[in-house]
Amino acid sequence: METGLNNRAVVQLTLPIMFGYIPLGMAFGVLFVTQLDYPWWGATLMSLTVFAGAAQLLSVGLLAAGAGLLEVFVAMFVINARHLFYGLSLLGRFRGAGWRKLYLIFGLTDETYSLLTSRPRSEDLSQEQKNDFRITLFNQGYWVIGSTLGAWLGRAVQFDSTGIEFALVALFIVLTIEQYKALGQSLPIWIGAAAAGLCLAVLPEDQQLIGAVILTTATLLVSYRFHKRGVAGMEQPHG
Amino acid sequence: MDSLVYLLAFTAVATAATFATRVIPFVFLSRHSDHPLILHLGRYLPAAVMSLLVVIFLLRSGHWSAPVFGADALVPSLVVVALHLWRRNALLSIIAGTACYMAIQQF
Repeated sequence: METGLNNRAVVQLTLPIMFGYIPLGMAFGVLFVTQLDYPWWGATLMSLTVFAGAAQLLSVGLLAAGAGLLEVFVAMFVINARHLFYGLSLLGRFRGAGWRKLYLIFGLTDETYSLLTSRPRSEDLSQEQKNDFRITLFNQGYWVIGSTLGAWLGRAVQFDSTGIEFALVALFIVLTIEQYKALGQSLPIWIGAAAAGLCLAVLPEDQQLIGAVILTTATLLVSYRFHKRGVAGMEQPHG
Repeated sequence: MDSLVYLLAFTAVATAATFATRVIPFVFLSRHSDHPLILHLGRYLPAAVMSLLVVIFLLRSGHWSAPVFGADALVPSLVVVALHLWRRNALLSIIAGTACYMAIQQF
């Protein structure tokens, strides 16, 4: 089996992200040029260096308000804090990736994380890191193209792409099914769904995602203690 | 502050804060990547995070008032689930679900 992904295979794999990122990026670009008095390339620059959807949309508000830089740091850190947990599943996978590692870490959005942790892999770690790198690069490419187009076109052109961002929801549904098939267990899926449901019910909108990620991780840590006790109990006879 | 300088400083700070959230686990935990606790999280966290993303994004995609009660998002989601269980072709499931959602939202 060929383990290296060519460009066509990468496009095919990342197509749902393209459908999601180009319109969302455009929304950011349009918002940036219509709400702010900054040049269009400010939107492109942010998509190149920040690369985080919700944070960039929030940035427009912060820029408009002329927020202090410390305030900006704190707001950006908090809104992106869920990424703190994504690395936990990729520590081993990115190990030894050399210069690519920095970019792989930089590009860890919700959508990239979803693809990288769900796709089938071969034993060839270094080749798979090259594939991960290319997937991340394509994803950011869509984001940069979308935001630049949005910033150029501004309010000039009306597209009726209403609803195309549902591609991301559909992607997450497909990946949940794939995760279920790969794990053969549904418990983690129920844990994530229950945590999300609870956080949607009790937290304000801007804290729901991070709240759910923390609650899910905490629940998995508790399940680890039980799991460990169970395993230790079974293995005791062997010393 | 000159507005262009502010934009650049703002972008630099936003970049640093975002990258920090992504790099911190690698800085502090990379030597523990084969600790059983990390392996446990690495194994189960993606599935759990995926389903929480579904729940959160799905609830934000629909209108949850009577008489529709989220049907505008639930029907396309069921299309995705059914198609995916049937054909297991990710692209087909996603495109069909998205087209269905767009049709409902636009007409």
